[in-house]
Amino acid sequence: MTSGSHKKDPYYKSLTRKMILTVIIVSFTPMILVSGAILYQFHVSYHEKVAAHLEELVQKHKQNIDYFLNEKLSDIRFLSQCPQCENLNQESFLEQQLATLQQELDPVFVDLGLVNAKGRQIAYAGPFKLGEAQYSEAEWFKKAIKSQYFISDVFLGLRGLPHFIVAVRKRFHGETWILRATIDFMAFNNLVENVRIGKTGFAFILNRQGEFQTKLLREVMPSKSTYMELLKNVSKSQDKICIVEAVDDYGKKNIYASAFLKNGDWMLVCQQNKSDAFSDLYRAKKIAGLIFLLGGLGIITMAILLSRRMVIHIALADREKDMMNLQVIETGKLATVGELAAGIAHEINNPVAIMVEEAGWVQDLLEEEEFQEGENLEEFQRALKQINTQGKRCKEITHKLLSFARKTDSRIQVVQMNDLIDDAIGLAEQSARYSKVVINTNLEENLPFIQASQTEMQQVFLNLINNAVDAMDNKGGGTIDITSRSDEDNILIDFADNGPGIHRNNLARIFDPFFTTKPVGKGTGLGLSICYGIIKKMGGEIDVKSVIDEGTTFSIRIPIPEDQLD
Amino acid sequence: MEVKNFNVLLVDDELEFLETLVKRLTKRGLNISTAKSGEDALKIIRGKGIDVAVLDVRMPGMDGIQTLREVKKIDPLMEVIMLTGHASVEVAIEGMELGAFDYLMKPADIDELFYKLQDAFKKKTIQQEKIEKLEEIIS
Repeated sequence: MTSGSHKKDPYYKSLTRKMILTVIIVSFTPMILVSGAILYQFHVSYHEKVAAHLEELVQKHKQNIDYFLNEKLSDIRFLSQCPQCENLNQESFLEQQLATLQQELDPVFVDLGLVNAKGRQIAYAGPFKLGEAQYSEAEWFKKAIKSQYFISDVFLGLRGLPHFIVAVRKRFHGETWILRATIDFMAFNNLVENVRIGKTGFAFILNRQGEFQTKLLREVMPSKSTYMELLKNVSKSQDKICIVEAVDDYGKKNIYASAFLKNGDWMLVCQQNKSDAFSDLYRAKKIAGLIFLLGGLGIITMAILLSRRMVIHIALADREKDMMNLQVIETGKLATVGELAAGIAHEINNPVAIMVEEAGWVQDLLEEEEFQEGENLEEFQRALKQINTQGKRCKEITHKLLSFARKTDSRIQVVQMNDLIDDAIGLAEQSARYSKVVINTNLEENLPFIQASQTEMQQVFLNLINNAVDAMDNKGGGTIDITSRSDEDNILIDFADNGPGIHRNNLARIFDPFFTTKPVGKGTGLGLSICYGIIKKMGGEIDVKSVIDEGTTFSIRIPIPEDQLD
Repeated sequence: MEVKNFNVLLVDDELEFLETLVKRLTKRGLNISTAKSGEDALKIIRGKGIDVAVLDVRMPGMDGIQTLREVKKIDPLMEVIMLTGHASVEVAIEGMELGAFDYLMKPADIDELFYKLQDAFKKKTIQQEKIEKLEEIIS
């Protein structure tokens, strides 16, 4: 399996997905909760702060404006109650009074006028030539005649300029008079115009009909409906300052803070663009959002990378485990088969022994004189000999089997592998020459000595050489290269031949007991199993690599015991 | 070669094997007794003098090694040849350590067995003579 193939594995895919999800959920949940809670708190307190600020501002200006209006009204009242008020119908007196007012009190008074009950101006002092003007139809007059004191809305009037009037009703000489003064609109306007909040905040005054009582600083002409609604809302709570959020005609969200002035005739409104009022809040939100986004991206990237790496590790571990399992199963299988084989071998051994014995008995009997003259004596003897030979062959097989299964342990002694290889070559040389096989050796000198059973090692080497010779016999000759070398902890020996190779299907089974490709009767199928058993017992490994038509290499690795390393 | 008549006990659980072996060894002039288990073998040894015993290693009940131990307790001078079904060196070594004379692999060649038996008997005789001499000196 390559690393690419387990990525395709749905199990590992879903594992990766689960890990990524878990990491993301675990990291995001506290992040969202904490930042959400903090942002919410900040949002609420900032709103409260802005509202409080607006409220305070409106409150202050409401007081200022109310104070201004009351002051002007009391100025006029004072004038109307002065002892020389009989002279008010004389224009010269009025002019004198106006001058006094303008000089000593405030330059906001533009003119003064005395109007009789029929709405006719009796006397006038001021820059406009309004003497004898008829006010009986004027709105302000109708209202002023009905109450003691009156402050009008802003209007254009006869002079064609925006202004408003402060009027005091007065009775003398048995008649009703109205003393009125005009207030400079500009001066009044400044009171409101100077109210500036942030970049977009400004203030204005509305009357009950929603008409502007101050000049608007900006070119904006908000629709009346917005303010009518405001008026409606505010009128419910007469004295309190009301804060409302609404969308204006331009689609912008605004905050309106409003309070009533002049006993509820006028309304002071502070308007500020919401985005301006909450600019700090929005900036904080933007920064938080950016951090959240970047952090989130970081977490997701890390989660994906980490999970992938982890899953690759897990997959590797799984693969190793699988291979171990496979090996355990393989070893177990070998052991079971070995035991079974040993049992069978033992059971067969006895009958074979009996048969050989019986044949021997017959042979003994043939020695008797009465048989010496027998016609078929030779034939008998030949047959008995054959039985004996075949019995020995059986014995050989069973003994091999038993030695494979029984872990035949010859004496363990200190051996030099190179010597053993040489011995094995010596034993196999005869048959190799017969098969036209050349054996080359490349043995590393001074190989470490190791503890091993000499006969077992020879059995292994002889088996491998004989197998190679047999394989090349059909081919008509070849070479076997035997190399030995050592690394830090192991002795490594390779047996490479250039024979026909082992077919892929057989390669996996060559170490199985009874597996043989040799013709019936020529091989027991035990040679390599015995080799496998012996090498495994020593804690080593035996491996095979084979390419068809090119050759086969058996590699043996035998660990050098640790005390031997010193 | 001069063949002395001496007593041999064959112990094996395979009766057929024993029968043939008895016939062949009797023909070669030995006195053969048989037992088909370790327990039987011990009874016979207690009953009459046996010079050499041939013990199969693998038997039901008492196995060859156990029987060997008991035999050596009863008659330390008696020689024992172990017969193994396979080249089990551990068993062979264990047997030798316990005082077996030799061991053979089944199916054993009759002549080999015969010679081993004779060797064993010779050894026994020599040992016995030595002991007798010692006894004479002591007494």
